[in-house]
Amino acid sequence: MSDTTTTLPTTTATTTPRSGVGRLLPWLGVALLAALPFIPITIPVVFGGPLDSPGTLNLLALMLVFGALALTYDILFGFTGLLSFGHALYFALGVYATTIAVTHFGLSLLSAVLVTVALGVVLPLLLGAICLRVGDIAFAMVTLAFAQAGSIFVLRDPLRITGGEEGLALDFRALPEVFVGVVNTRYVFWLALAFAVLVYLVSRAVVHSRAGRVWQAIRENEQRVEVLGLQPYAFKLLSFVVASFLATLGGIVYVLLLGGASPGVTTATFTLTLLVMVVLGGTGTLWGAVLGGALYTYLNQRLVSLSGSDFVEELPGVVRGPLSEPLFILGALFVALVMFFPGGIAGLRDAAVGRRVAGLVRHLTPGRAGEDR
Amino acid sequence: MTVFVLLTITGLGLAALYFLVASGLSLIFGLMDVLNFAHGVFLTIGAYATWWSAQRLDLIGEPTLRLVVAIAIGMAVGAAVAVAVEVAFIRPLYGQHVGQILVTVGLALALTALLRAIFTPDARAFPVPDWMGDTTSVFGASIPNSRFVGIAAAVAVYVGLMAFLKRTRYGLIIRAGVENRAMVTALGINVTRAFTLVFAIGGLAAALGGAIAGTYATSINPEQGGHLLIFAFIVVIIGGLGSLRGAAIASVLVGLLQQYANFYALVGAGDLIVVLLLAVVLLLRPQGIGGRAAA
Repeated sequence: MSDTTTTLPTTTATTTPRSGVGRLLPWLGVALLAALPFIPITIPVVFGGPLDSPGTLNLLALMLVFGALALTYDILFGFTGLLSFGHALYFALGVYATTIAVTHFGLSLLSAVLVTVALGVVLPLLLGAICLRVGDIAFAMVTLAFAQAGSIFVLRDPLRITGGEEGLALDFRALPEVFVGVVNTRYVFWLALAFAVLVYLVSRAVVHSRAGRVWQAIRENEQRVEVLGLQPYAFKLLSFVVASFLATLGGIVYVLLLGGASPGVTTATFTLTLLVMVVLGGTGTLWGAVLGGALYTYLNQRLVSLSGSDFVEELPGVVRGPLSEPLFILGALFVALVMFFPGGIAGLRDAAVGRRVAGLVRHLTPGRAGEDR
Repeated sequence: MTVFVLLTITGLGLAALYFLVASGLSLIFGLMDVLNFAHGVFLTIGAYATWWSAQRLDLIGEPTLRLVVAIAIGMAVGAAVAVAVEVAFIRPLYGQHVGQILVTVGLALALTALLRAIFTPDARAFPVPDWMGDTTSVFGASIPNSRFVGIAAAVAVYVGLMAFLKRTRYGLIIRAGVENRAMVTALGINVTRAFTLVFAIGGLAAALGGAIAGTYATSINPEQGGHLLIFAFIVVIIGGLGSLRGAAIASVLVGLLQQYANFYALVGAGDLIVVLLLAVVLLLRPQGIGGRAAA
């Protein structure tokens, strides 16, 4: 089996080799983020409070979790080309399994996390094996159906364990002290940061691994992969399980961040927002997806408070109404991106870099550029 | 027996609603391969347009006539919005299926949010004439008259659409397009106009569905289209993408199954069974009940 994979063309996922400084830059960013809880600076308008205030840290932690979650969806959609409408299910699994295990069955946080992690492997393996028997739109619909089943289970709550529409609070007595209370927000923030870094590193590793290259080959042309003697099914299932498992881990972090589960994360709309995040940042790029998720979360949270500001209050009602709905702005932005900049934010940068390179080439070879036209 | 009759007729009432949404979805997908996530918004906009006009038509004293006129306006608005969506957002992305799906997703989110912003997220009381709110006794079961109206409307739409597809030139083009779009284009027929047409039909039917849903619940809210859309998708897939007859059969199947299971088994069991039915159908018979044929 491993012999056959070596014959694959390795054309995709080319990364330009970086200099020492360029390699260090992301780590400096992470270090800066990690130091934020000790920096009592206020950035007006951008954040509601000083950087080390619980409110700001909470928002930043949420941005990190959703940035990482968007990246897990990007593994599926952006790198493997699997349009799933059920990714929310696996995030919700992390959220609800942890909460139910702690609150209902009185498990310690550690055992609850272990149970959830086990479920996070078994469920996507099982459902993925079923869903991947069909392709394209049918795949999207079956994943949607299973996620919808999960959502109905949570909302209608036939077993009386999920708390239905009201959601379920995490029993804080079972938690280690560092995760309880507003004073300790910084620890949750660090947890979220660690999670985001973990997801990024894992994603980078798998995407550049041999399997990751096959995923991208499947995205480009599944038939060709089959002709080369590989089984797309197994590779797609691997992508599905990896992405879903990481999403489940994200659900656990999210629960610790918010202190409970609410049914909003189970809905199809939530998966759709993940899709928006990924496309916003740039499908098939690692940092683009993270940026898209973080930016979406930021706008979703901050636009609400901005709509209450004096600036917006003075606007006529016709403009003020839509501005008070973050989803209107985000949805419209998303539509514009899909129509005019399908590459998302990452694509914008690439386009800018491409223009600069093209300009440079033209500058260096003035005669040739004219001939080409 | 009484309960069974009640469940059956309310189940058929629900099926009528599903069919009104699913018929347009199915034709759109069958002809253009576009999974239209914005279809639920057509329904909601139709419902709000009906509600809005009914309030302003106080010239017409008779409540039933007023509602009928309001529904006609609502359907016109629904069709106009659907055509606008097709021309402005779907058409520039021809040939990019994922792009088209993404655009409809974005529109669904944005337009629902816009409705929330304009009309507030709260439910609005929908004007229902007294006789529609009254009940009729069928084998001892008291059935609200609105359900009969809903079923009649869905049957009328089904018969009308079938006649349109089978007897008119445009119906012929749509049916041929669903079966093999490339061939129709190769024969020199302009399919683009048919695309706009199926969107208009879908908008009309969905808006009617919105008004019917309003008479069932006697209220409307910005999220109702989205809730119905998921089940309409399920109906479309079970019925076979592009097949109107399949959509009709699947609507009845899903509506009845949901009502029975929700009552006789656990609460919520009906919804779960329907979802699992979809999974089973997709895995065993991916082409659905009707296969790939418009009528």
